[in-house]
Amino acid sequence: MKKDSAFSRWFYGEKDTLLGRVEMKPQKEYEPKEAELRELLEDHQHLREHIYDVHNRKLLAFSRMYKVAAVIFCLTLISIMLVTVSWLPESGNPQNPVNNEVSARYIEKGLQETGAVNIVTGMILDYRAFDTFGESNVLFIATVTVLILLRLDKEKKAPAKKGMVVYEKPLDELTVAQAEAHDRVYEPKNDAILQKVAGFLVPVIIIFGIYVVLNGHLSPGGGFSGGAIIGAGLILYLNAFGFEKTERFFTERTYKWTCFGALTFYCLAKSYSFYTGANHLESGIPLGTPGAILSSGLILPLNICVGLVVACTMYAFYALFRKGGF
Amino acid sequence: MDFIQNFPFFSIILSMFSGTVSSVLPARAAKILNTVLISVVGMMSAILLVYLMGTGESYVYWMGHFPAPWGNEIRAGVLEAGMALFFCTIMLLSVMGGRKKLIGEVEYSKHNLYYILTNLLLSSLLALVYTNDLFTAYVFVEINTIAACGLIMIRQNGRTVEAAVRYMIMSLLGSGLFLISLCTLYDMTGHLLMSNIKEAVAVLSQRQEYQIPLMTTIGLMCTGLAIKSALFPFHSWLPDAYGYSTVSSAAMLSSLVSKGYIFLLIKIFYRVIGFDIIVHGKIINILFLFGLLGMIVGSLSAIRENDIRRMIAFSSVAQIGYIYMGFGLGTESGMTASIYHILAHAATKSLLFIAAIGLTDVSGGSRRFQDLTGAGYRHKIAGVAFTVGALSMVGVPMFSGFVSKLLFAEASIGHTYKMFPAVIALGLSTILNAIYFMKTVIRIYVPEKRPDYEVITVKDEKEYSLTLVCFIVLNVALGMLSQPIEGWIHAGLAMFG
Repeated sequence: MKKDSAFSRWFYGEKDTLLGRVEMKPQKEYEPKEAELRELLEDHQHLREHIYDVHNRKLLAFSRMYKVAAVIFCLTLISIMLVTVSWLPESGNPQNPVNNEVSARYIEKGLQETGAVNIVTGMILDYRAFDTFGESNVLFIATVTVLILLRLDKEKKAPAKKGMVVYEKPLDELTVAQAEAHDRVYEPKNDAILQKVAGFLVPVIIIFGIYVVLNGHLSPGGGFSGGAIIGAGLILYLNAFGFEKTERFFTERTYKWTCFGALTFYCLAKSYSFYTGANHLESGIPLGTPGAILSSGLILPLNICVGLVVACTMYAFYALFRKGGF
Repeated sequence: MDFIQNFPFFSIILSMFSGTVSSVLPARAAKILNTVLISVVGMMSAILLVYLMGTGESYVYWMGHFPAPWGNEIRAGVLEAGMALFFCTIMLLSVMGGRKKLIGEVEYSKHNLYYILTNLLLSSLLALVYTNDLFTAYVFVEINTIAACGLIMIRQNGRTVEAAVRYMIMSLLGSGLFLISLCTLYDMTGHLLMSNIKEAVAVLSQRQEYQIPLMTTIGLMCTGLAIKSALFPFHSWLPDAYGYSTVSSAAMLSSLVSKGYIFLLIKIFYRVIGFDIIVHGKIINILFLFGLLGMIVGSLSAIRENDIRRMIAFSSVAQIGYIYMGFGLGTESGMTASIYHILAHAATKSLLFIAAIGLTDVSGGSRRFQDLTGAGYRHKIAGVAFTVGALSMVGVPMFSGFVSKLLFAEASIGHTYKMFPAVIALGLSTILNAIYFMKTVIRIYVPEKRPDYEVITVKDEKEYSLTLVCFIVLNVALGMLSQPIEGWIHAGLAMFG
């Protein structure tokens, strides 16, 4: 071993390679100030006396009864469910009602009718595409509610109009600047280890996600699972490199327009297919050779749309929970 | 296939699509889109209703290239089309009536999100009305639940967030029970399509197979949907959710969201399990009992309340009790009365919520009764509208509530052992209703001068006043045109087959 190589210097404790490259904060024990402590105590007292009303005998008895009743209720429900399950058809029996003409057709004719080697994908994106469209709208509306709850906006007021009531924001709400300052108070920034590992992993994760999305009609996977993988990759990247880096390619506008584009395409494509199907018209979309990457009609583009929506949703959730914006 | 038969599909897909489009629109454009959408869907439903009245039979509509048990399917009959029309009307009026409060209570940058929620709520209601597939129903129940949560908490203060959390927990419990029952039903029948399940269930009950799981399945389904529509013991989420959310949300939640679930339950009774099997099972007796209890307990809680919005909310508990009581009678006439009450309650309760906001506005924003004294003189149209709503809920002739109460009484007469409890509870509940509603009406018309409060005239709030007038007309229409509406309900139930 060379005496002055980086490794040996690190080995002998002469140099810390992480020094200057990782933002290191020594962990301090939490020491509350006296004023804070007093406030906490007062809050606690207030809660006990005025909110929970601890001296109220009736309420105490009620809460005890409530716990007992809850346990009894749960046990009853569990036993009812167990009894029900014991009367249901035994699983794995070929004579079961679920093994009927419905599943038979999915298995026997699925490939021929949808062009998808993966029967599950054929089922959710072709046979029962309406349910899946509803399901992607569930995701969409879930993000909308999270946006309502967590998004911090710079401009809140309505354009002033005569006689209009002006929205007053709650006092304890964070401003955008505060949220940015709070971001990662308790986490080190620019962690070299995390950045190196993320540099290796993120491309692989995202490429694997894209592979899962694109091969949804050929192999297990599809838009939902592939999108989740891509979203996880994006979150890892954000964790390692921070918002400054991700904002170069992913802002709120990106999110808005990607989701909008994907859902619009999904909606239009499926409307066309529902409309032609219901009116018994030929859809004219070629199914291609089963097994080829460009096959199975609309399933591939729909998978891409679902994948985009899911990836964006995952990333948006993370960003919103972390600082209320992108 | 006639072009008009595409209308249910167009209504659902248009409302979902405008939800997506609203996400990139500014608030003003989203508002216009929302109004246009609800009007267009309402018009399409009206045309469809006229068309179906003409043809006299329902039809199924493939959602895709595959026929029934393999692909998705929706179905339209006169009851469905009429309900869609009615829901659109109520939603349009609720959104219009609450618009001025929306500016003060919701951040302007989030207004387009409010309209996304409304559009998707409409799509889910339409899908619940039209679907012929239980799993599709479940998917749209999810959309409905999340949209309702968002509508509650978009006005952000501690009360609404707490109410939304409560609502979410209860509502998810309901969804969970519904999903479990869906799974067991699929396990026993092998189908998700309503008509196929009905055939399979009929065979099962003929052969006396799987009777115990079938019973639990029906029980879980009823419980799940009863939790979601706030039947008596499961109503704890309701007063806060209706009482503190912004006013159009409260109107929509009380008159549309809970009614969507109840309509789904009716569809399950008729089109999934079969009404005869439901009547022979004992589960409707439990619904009957809780319906009766709800009628009394809801009204008692409303009498004790000193907050006008929460009082109206508690009154909903009683009214939902009426509807379930009608189910519990287990007769066709009981069901008709319940469906009539769905309409009457939806039209009246949204009117009351929206009129109440006018009254509180001229009382310094306070919702306590002491401050509401004489509010009917300070905001005349709101006072009149509230009086109309109150009279209708109490059951005074000429207004919608009277007809449904009459139908309930008629339906219960002659029932072997449910007649007396039903009639007694109806009478008691009507007296209790009268106590708290008349108390409020007298209070708002006490001639007391309060110079410190502002006076609002019709000219100051034209859109709001127009909404109230529409609501009053709707209420009177429902009260006066009972014959054709009853005929429509009977025709619709016959088409359920």
